[in-house]
Amino acid sequence: MNNTGSQDFGESVEGRPSKISWLRYLRGLFSDTTTAFAIIFLMLIFISTVAAEVVAPYDPIKTNLRMRNMPPLTPAVEDGSFPHVLGTDPLGRDILSRLIYGARVSLLVGLSSALVSGTLGTILGLLAGYYRGIVDDLIMRLVDFQMGFPFLLLALLVLLALGPGFWSVIFVLAIVRWMVYARQARGMTLAYRETPFIDAARVLGCSDARIIFRHLLPNMASPLLILGTLEVAGLILGEAALSFLGFGLQPPSASWGLMISGGRQYLSSAWWLATIPGFAIFFTALSLNMLASSLRSITDPLHRERWLMKGSD
Amino acid sequence: MTIFIIRRILQAAVVTLITLSVVFVVGRVVGDPVRIVIGIEAEETRVQEVRDQLGLNDPLTVQYWRFMTGALRGEMGTSFWTRTPTMPMVLERLPATIYLGVVTALLAFPLAILLGATAALKPHSWADRLINVTALGGVSIVEFWLALMLILVVAVQLGWFKTSGYGGVEYVVLPALTLAYKPIGRISQMARSAIIDELRKPYIKAARAKGLSEKQVVFTHALKNAAIPIITTTGDEVATILNGAMVVETVFGWPGVGLLTINALSRRDLPLVEATVFVVTGMIIMTNMLLDVAYTYLNPRIRFQ
Repeated sequence: MNNTGSQDFGESVEGRPSKISWLRYLRGLFSDTTTAFAIIFLMLIFISTVAAEVVAPYDPIKTNLRMRNMPPLTPAVEDGSFPHVLGTDPLGRDILSRLIYGARVSLLVGLSSALVSGTLGTILGLLAGYYRGIVDDLIMRLVDFQMGFPFLLLALLVLLALGPGFWSVIFVLAIVRWMVYARQARGMTLAYRETPFIDAARVLGCSDARIIFRHLLPNMASPLLILGTLEVAGLILGEAALSFLGFGLQPPSASWGLMISGGRQYLSSAWWLATIPGFAIFFTALSLNMLASSLRSITDPLHRERWLMKGSD
Repeated sequence: MTIFIIRRILQAAVVTLITLSVVFVVGRVVGDPVRIVIGIEAEETRVQEVRDQLGLNDPLTVQYWRFMTGALRGEMGTSFWTRTPTMPMVLERLPATIYLGVVTALLAFPLAILLGATAALKPHSWADRLINVTALGGVSIVEFWLALMLILVVAVQLGWFKTSGYGGVEYVVLPALTLAYKPIGRISQMARSAIIDELRKPYIKAARAKGLSEKQVVFTHALKNAAIPIITTTGDEVATILNGAMVVETVFGWPGVGLLTINALSRRDLPLVEATVFVVTGMIIMTNMLLDVAYTYLNPRIRFQ
């Protein structure tokens, strides 16, 4: 027996299923054509968001009144400049560049509100499932109430009280969606709290906080992350709807939602103004949704084999 | 069964009370009603006028009691915009929204179930994948953008339906289609997995063994039994449709409760906003209650308990 840190209890560890490396997961995901497309598209969006200054061919707020409402594929005014591949808007601003900078706003709103609502919802769900009783009742009644309430209406109501703006939008989107995580986290906590490994932790004298954060939470990470992926897509759409109705972000910020609503009045004269940013949202949300559904089946032991077998041949 | 219905009605009443309390807290405690109604730059006399009209000089408990009892009597104050009672204004708009909602439901449910069943017929086939992507598209699309695209292509280019307004088939088709896409996506996925679950059960083996075609097995045997989980999820779609109605009614100029809500919000007409929220949530709570009762009645396993 070796005494170098790890203890051997004389039990065979061979029976444990081997841990599947994340690389095999990744290969499994890429073996599916649509999922591969989704991942590549999301990576492209992400890179251009981070490096907007480098990638965008034009300054997104520089107006050029000689180049108003130019259709896609219009050559640039100056020789040698990048053509306006996606056209220009009513102030002559390059749409591709605005799209790239707009992605920054839309994704930031989607990701940060998903993060806030995910943290809040997970903690409340864990507490409800772990302590049961009155805490559970209170939290779950609130969840039931919010599940049946149109989230846009609640968001608009809170925005009316708070006033519009970037941080209000993130706050509002976070508080209108926390309950989906709470429901999921509570369900999983209820399932795990009666299992032997939690009993064992309790017998060893772990505190409630340690059981919740060290033993329960890690087991819930992947379903919650998948839910979060889905939610980011929904929140990007939610931000667009709020901005369109005039209660979300205000111009001159350029989110994708604002770009569509800005193009509404030019629908019949310059169709590309509203059409192009709409496609940007659609493909981003679709990719997120497809990725989430692939992740769900690849992390599910019942469906996993089909994916991993394909990836390893 | 009677006990169940009574309990369900009590539950609905509790949710209604919670809803009203949330509306009260958000509008009058979190936000300053005066600032909501007239903005920051306002004269002192106007501020006093609004405070008097909303009864803001009373203690919060008195205000809360007045708000709740008023709501239960169907009195939600006077609109700042039209200076008339708010409840009749909202109820007047209700038929338009119900009309749009019903047409949407009639479009969405049969189509969604057909798509779901077709996908379940051959899992992982190309038809299944196509339906899956179409369904995911429903939850990935911005509703007002879809509305604009339908106006652009179908109404303006092809000239088939009207771009906006209220009326018969030529007016209702585009808004209803826009609203239907999201529920179609969700219900068809639900239907697919419910049917696939059914197909694993022994009675399906019996149906196949007696020589039924796979189509008959799926559409007549599995679908009938999968109906129960499908119907239970339709309740959530009521909120989705009313959610979308605010956006879609705004784009198409459809004179329903959704458009009124948005107008009330942008005019900062607090009493009218509160009345619309009350009516919309009341509608959702009622529909969900009726669906629950109907579902329980339809399911013999619960009915005879």
